[in-house]
Amino acid sequence: MTKAQLNGQRTLRRKGLPIGWVFVAPFLFFYGVFLIYPAIQVCYLSLTNSDIAGQGGFVGLRNYVELMRDQDFWASVGHTLYFIVLTVVPNTAVGFFLALLVVRLKRLRLPILSAFFLPFVLPVSVVTTASLWILDTNFGIINYLFGTSIAWFQDPIWAMPAVAAVTIWWTVGFNMLLFIAGLQNISPDLYEAAALDGANALQQFINITCPLIWPVASLVLVLQLIAQFKIFDQVYLLTQGGPYNSTVVVLLYMYRQAFQLNRGGYASAVAIVLVVIMLMISAIQFRLLQGRRTK
Amino acid sequence: MKKKRISTLALVCTGLTVIMALAWLFPVYWIVATALKSETETIALPPSFVPFPPDFGAFIYVIQNSPIFRWYLNTVLVSAVITFFSIFCALMCAYALSLLDFRGKGLINVALLVGFMLPFGAMAIPLFMLMNRLHFVNAYAGIILPQIATPLSVIVFKRFFDQVPIDFRNAAVIDGAGDFRILFNIYIPLNWSIIWAMAIVTFIGAWNNFFWPFIVTNSTPMLTIPVGMTQVQSAYGVAFAKTSAIAVLASLPTAVAYLIFQKRVTQGVMAAAGIK
Repeated sequence: MTKAQLNGQRTLRRKGLPIGWVFVAPFLFFYGVFLIYPAIQVCYLSLTNSDIAGQGGFVGLRNYVELMRDQDFWASVGHTLYFIVLTVVPNTAVGFFLALLVVRLKRLRLPILSAFFLPFVLPVSVVTTASLWILDTNFGIINYLFGTSIAWFQDPIWAMPAVAAVTIWWTVGFNMLLFIAGLQNISPDLYEAAALDGANALQQFINITCPLIWPVASLVLVLQLIAQFKIFDQVYLLTQGGPYNSTVVVLLYMYRQAFQLNRGGYASAVAIVLVVIMLMISAIQFRLLQGRRTK
Repeated sequence: MKKKRISTLALVCTGLTVIMALAWLFPVYWIVATALKSETETIALPPSFVPFPPDFGAFIYVIQNSPIFRWYLNTVLVSAVITFFSIFCALMCAYALSLLDFRGKGLINVALLVGFMLPFGAMAIPLFMLMNRLHFVNAYAGIILPQIATPLSVIVFKRFFDQVPIDFRNAAVIDGAGDFRILFNIYIPLNWSIIWAMAIVTFIGAWNNFFWPFIVTNSTPMLTIPVGMTQVQSAYGVAFAKTSAIAVLASLPTAVAYLIFQKRVTQGVMAAAGIK
């Protein structure tokens, strides 16, 4: 907006009733009651020994002290980090690879793009149902085709990689879409000029595509990091945290503490730790986005 | 000579891409194929890759023996209400943040960004307690209310409203139009495509939401499809045709919506990620 336009806006502003507040009121009502209020409430709850109905007294920092010594909690942090290692970079890499494949197509582009993106619009329970069936130990088509008899979701070694693989199959279409947009923004003139200078396809890829796609790649990486930290649905539906609690992630640990062990206060402390980590990641994302804007 | 080699390479690449796409779709195909088999055929060895003749027994069983229509109704209702109010509130708020001057605007902008970063899962406990106190557990209100305020939609709409030349509004104000009329007669029609895109993305998201409905409902008639179908599965035990049939029914609306509104979904996803 130019300065003249801003001035125009000011002179036309109406005095009296703050119409702005009327316009933001509906959103602000839902936002305040169902997001801001719980956000404040969860901080307070983490300092109490409340049950899940909210009954309980103030205990100070006792939950946090217990949390620091709680090996199961740290195990769940470890499982979450393991899941992140298995998904964030692979999911980004596969998304980039698929985007490279799709972006050069012409007539086949739309059907192929939809094939890769379709899983993303399916409900998580459909995705897990399909996975449990396809990766079934005895009757699953994967074990049949590869002549294996792996109990994908019951084997402590395979459970987490299997959940990660399912997650990538389900969500990679989103990353692919962002990469396609990024690739389309690279001017074809650059490739033409490079080709005239005698650069081959590989050189063009390394010296033009890679550096110019990096802003998108970093955005995808951070979005992935945020999304995978919140992992709950797939794990709950595929392994319920098993085998031997080897796939209990932070949110699942929080869920168990709150809704199965009736420890609302303690679970809130778990939630706070999660929030702190997420805010730190989001701060990085915000800076990345700001960088993109100013460019 | 060189040209020919490149075109062969291109052909191989395209072929590889098509094969990968088919492999990617295979799980979807396999679920549909399994749903059209009898239970004995699903576990036959070697597996039959094409269910012919198709057996609709699993679909009929699921329709007759589960409250799937009730769940459909619940999910349609909940998703439609969420989409309508979420888009409406976001449009109003975005208009104010983009075009109106008022005290506290900066504060709202900050609150939006903070809320955008908070993971919903971490709010589940106090939200559940709140719903419990309001007697909204196992009620539509309990599922719907926390999903209405979506900061992301506000941010996207604001970005689009910012791009509309301010003269449009100024001219309308001179003609004596109020802000409600300006929003509904100028800004909404001008940005129809992104609003439509965000509405479809919101609808698909609400339909697919698992975590919150799972937390706030547990009585069978109040479940949404993504939550309900998991309950049926544990009740059926090992019955691959039936669980597949219910999965097909559960994903039909979003899959069809995507295939019809493909361009809009793509646009919405990009806008939400801040790319366009």
